[in-house]
Amino acid sequence: MRIDVMKTYKLYIGGAFPRSESGRSYELKDKKGNFIANPALASRKDLRDAVVAAKSAFSGWSYATAYNRGQILYRMAEMLEGRTEQFVAEIKALEGVTDSVARKQVQDSIDLWVWYAGWSDKISTTSGGTNPIAGPYYNFTIPEPLGVVGVIADEKESLLGLTRGLAPVIASGNTAVLIASEKLPLSAISLAEVIATSDLPSGVVNILTGSKSELIPWLASHMEVDGIDISGADKKLDGEIKKAGTENLKRIYRFEKDASLKRILSFMEYKTVWHPIGI
Amino acid sequence: MSEFGHKLIDGSESSLKSFLDNLPGVDKVGAEGRAAMLGTRSIKTTSKARAIDLAISMVDLTTLEGADTPGKVRSLCAKALRPDPTDSTVPHVGAICVYNDMVKVARDYLDSIGGQSIPVAAVSTAFPSGRASMEVKLRDTQDAIESGASEIDMVIDRGAFLSGKFGSVFDEIKEIKALCGEKAHLKVILETGELATYDNVRKASYLAMLAGADFIKTSTGKVSPAATPPVVLVMLEAVRDFFALTGKKIGVKPAGGIRTTKDAIKQLVLVNETTGPEWLTPKLFRIGASALLNDLLMQRMKLSNGRYSSANYVTVD
Amino acid sequence: MTADIFEYSPAPESRAIVKLKSEYGLFINGKWVSPQSKKKFSSINPATEEVLAKVSQGNQVDVDKAVKAARAAYNKVWSKTKPKERAKYLFRIARLLQERAREFAVLESLDNGKPIRETRDVDVPLSAAHFFYHAGWADKLEYAGYGDNPKPYGVVAQIIPWNFPLLMLAWKVAPALATGNTVVLKPAETTPLTALLFAEICEQAELPAGVVNIVTGDGTTGAALVNHRDIDKVAFTGSTEVGKLIATSIADRGIPATLELGGKGANIVFDDAPIDEAVEGIINGIFFNQGHVCCAGSRLLLQESIVDDFLTKLQSRMAKIRVGDPLDKNTDLGAINSSAQLTKIKELSESGTKEGANIWSAPCTLPTKGFWYPPTIFTGVTAAHRIAREEIFGPVLSVLTFRTPQEAMEKANNTPYGLSAGIWTEKGSKILWAAQQLKAGVIWANTFNKFDPASPFGGYKESGWGREGGRHGLAAYIKGAK
Repeated sequence: MRIDVMKTYKLYIGGAFPRSESGRSYELKDKKGNFIANPALASRKDLRDAVVAAKSAFSGWSYATAYNRGQILYRMAEMLEGRTEQFVAEIKALEGVTDSVARKQVQDSIDLWVWYAGWSDKISTTSGGTNPIAGPYYNFTIPEPLGVVGVIADEKESLLGLTRGLAPVIASGNTAVLIASEKLPLSAISLAEVIATSDLPSGVVNILTGSKSELIPWLASHMEVDGIDISGADKKLDGEIKKAGTENLKRIYRFEKDASLKRILSFMEYKTVWHPIGI
Repeated sequence: MSEFGHKLIDGSESSLKSFLDNLPGVDKVGAEGRAAMLGTRSIKTTSKARAIDLAISMVDLTTLEGADTPGKVRSLCAKALRPDPTDSTVPHVGAICVYNDMVKVARDYLDSIGGQSIPVAAVSTAFPSGRASMEVKLRDTQDAIESGASEIDMVIDRGAFLSGKFGSVFDEIKEIKALCGEKAHLKVILETGELATYDNVRKASYLAMLAGADFIKTSTGKVSPAATPPVVLVMLEAVRDFFALTGKKIGVKPAGGIRTTKDAIKQLVLVNETTGPEWLTPKLFRIGASALLNDLLMQRMKLSNGRYSSANYVTVD
Repeated sequence: MTADIFEYSPAPESRAIVKLKSEYGLFINGKWVSPQSKKKFSSINPATEEVLAKVSQGNQVDVDKAVKAARAAYNKVWSKTKPKERAKYLFRIARLLQERAREFAVLESLDNGKPIRETRDVDVPLSAAHFFYHAGWADKLEYAGYGDNPKPYGVVAQIIPWNFPLLMLAWKVAPALATGNTVVLKPAETTPLTALLFAEICEQAELPAGVVNIVTGDGTTGAALVNHRDIDKVAFTGSTEVGKLIATSIADRGIPATLELGGKGANIVFDDAPIDEAVEGIINGIFFNQGHVCCAGSRLLLQESIVDDFLTKLQSRMAKIRVGDPLDKNTDLGAINSSAQLTKIKELSESGTKEGANIWSAPCTLPTKGFWYPPTIFTGVTAAHRIAREEIFGPVLSVLTFRTPQEAMEKANNTPYGLSAGIWTEKGSKILWAAQQLKAGVIWANTFNKFDPASPFGGYKESGWGREGGRHGLAAYIKGAK
């Protein structure tokens, strides 16, 4: 009989897979109570490191061409497709769903990456534009990414839930700190492996596993974080998160499940540029 | 180069080109915006009265028609000396400006009626196009000076300027200036309406000043647009900055299109707020005009007696 | 002799066109009503300290009455008014503002202290333009990119500042009404009069009662409005400090807010700038409206190679700024809006001197009565000085220098604010590069402090949430729009 090689589930920060600096982990079991893994229990310092990594990746990612970002997001879909079986297995194990339900979730997630991949070089066209000024000026408005955006992954649908939040945020050029589902973190870490082997630059996506109630307040109050998608947080915490976010006026939103341009634009800023016209 | 009284260029074409090409650009919208804003200055009561008299004293009373006759020129000279025959407090104008062949008529007549202090300006150098050989231009200028002109309004060769032959334009001005010597003040007409951009207006202004102009003048009056406020603003800025660089005060003469008191006062405001009040003297600012004088006189009457005046009360030219 | 040869005589705009009442009530549900507290406060002319009128202090009860009126008007009238009819009300308002433009301009100068040249040429025409622009949107919202069936929020609470009283009213009220919302507006405590005159415009336009309600008062009135449980949306323009308080107080309620807050805009002059226009742009950037401008270019970043020449030109230009009677048509810089603001400007300026920067003020005679501060610049400012970081909101410019374009961008972006920035260079590719690098919502290249109803305005970072103006500004008043 051969003994399986079990995977160590670690954090994903700045393109590396560290354990939590705190040395902590937590035990994850399947619905039947069987041990599955000991993912890292990230600390506030891990969150801090993740934000630093995201911040330093922002310039490169946001100034990459939209075409390039689109290709990289599409590459993620390709990588996911190739790893479908791994994700299906993890989803089945943790969520206790049937093979076809798990497979559907993986396929939907892949399709969602493809959908947002195609958006990256359309956003300025659909949402920017020139403005007719009453004077001799050329004036245009373009959407630009915010900066570092926190994404709190849904507690259900482990892969699809995090894709809904993550893909629109990075499609526009933001970098992300993802707090994975507390109960269903495996897909998040496996996604990190996908990211590491796609062409997404280090630090664009950083993934933390652990206790949401421990990490969210630090995320919400972090002055280097510019926005948070709180769709995956407990609704009762909305007020608290928003209050913590007011110190730097974070853009904090909760969304319905639909994929939408609105999810992209919510974490963008409009910049309007004026220039005189004349010889 | 000492012959120009400054060291901004060494007299070579390359140093001239390098200097002119390194001047900061002019942003059209910004310059026009500044000029328009200054155009909203409201000049009332006492300041208006002062401005009108100042403007009268700065007028280069001009007639530049093919149909000019000695009679017309003499009547203009009379008006130059006594703009309002009924009011001796009205100052005389800055100068009389005529074609070469009328210089002697004007000079003699002015001298005969007590107008010795009023200079006669001649438009020389194949005015208004400047399209003649240098030999002809020099002769033209010589002729004007010999006839009694103490101010020479020369035109630059815009064709040469626009094709980048700065050295050629520079040399022409330099030669005319040498001819003028101490006998005549040199006003250099840029014909801004043909220069197409404010950048060119700035370059041409410096070119003329570097070559020895005493005055820079906007226009011949034969091309429109002429002395628009933003053009004059750009020229005043050039004069102001040239003074800062060299310590030399160069005069400015807008000409063409200034017909009303309001237009003239706008020009004075431009001077006041660009170069400052030191330039508010006929020695450093002139307005080339003809119809303007009557409007100034009518406004002056309105200020003194409170009634809007009638054209019947000012003399026809 | 030449120095006074052309001193401009006083050219005061006549104030006879303004007919002020001695006291004003609150404008609620189309009627003038007394405040529940019976309390009134004075609105004064900051240029003379003369009392212009007594204005009502609205409290929670008044606010409640106004919100109820707005709710009823929304339910019964405004939400049932056809979009094309809504449009016509707004067109009417635009025209009425144009007809009474001079009256508004004079009153604004009186109440705010800003020069008549600016109220006449900027505030009032832009206000009318804002209504005209948004009027046209009212029946075309389905083309605005917010779905086929864009819906208003309902009742909108709007709080506006004292620096552009009428213009900020227009920025708030016009899009709110165009999109089908009703409004409770609280004007600033020190500048309520043009808003009250605007109520007359609403009457003349026969705007249905309760669609626009105006409740005057101080900060407590504003707090009562923001904290009212039946408002659907908050729109605020003012300080970042108050903006954060508002964001906190609505956090639990899940209602959205538009916030237009402070700034510390960098105006960057490269060595290849159109220098004379840049000087004008710097002047306009910091001395327009006494520097009481959230998007003011209050930090001048100068490339080191041009520092001396540029400062010489700037100072000589500053010396020509005409400070004095706001109603004089030749005044460039009017009165500081309030004694409190003057104190703040002085305090920050003193900190600049204490921290080692060099102060220079334009030589000018300030009137003895009223609140005044001369055009002032600080040189030798470092990024660590308070005057390089905090919004002074007055006619005070901090000058910093840079060596390379990259350094300019780093310094410009080194602030929690992100409202505006200016770029001065004649090199096109540098403009676009800098515009891309700067973290600010409005970038003026080779110009500054220009506004237009079609142009979105608003900030990055702590300068606020959302945009006002243009297609993008509509989102602030359409449910769920981004």
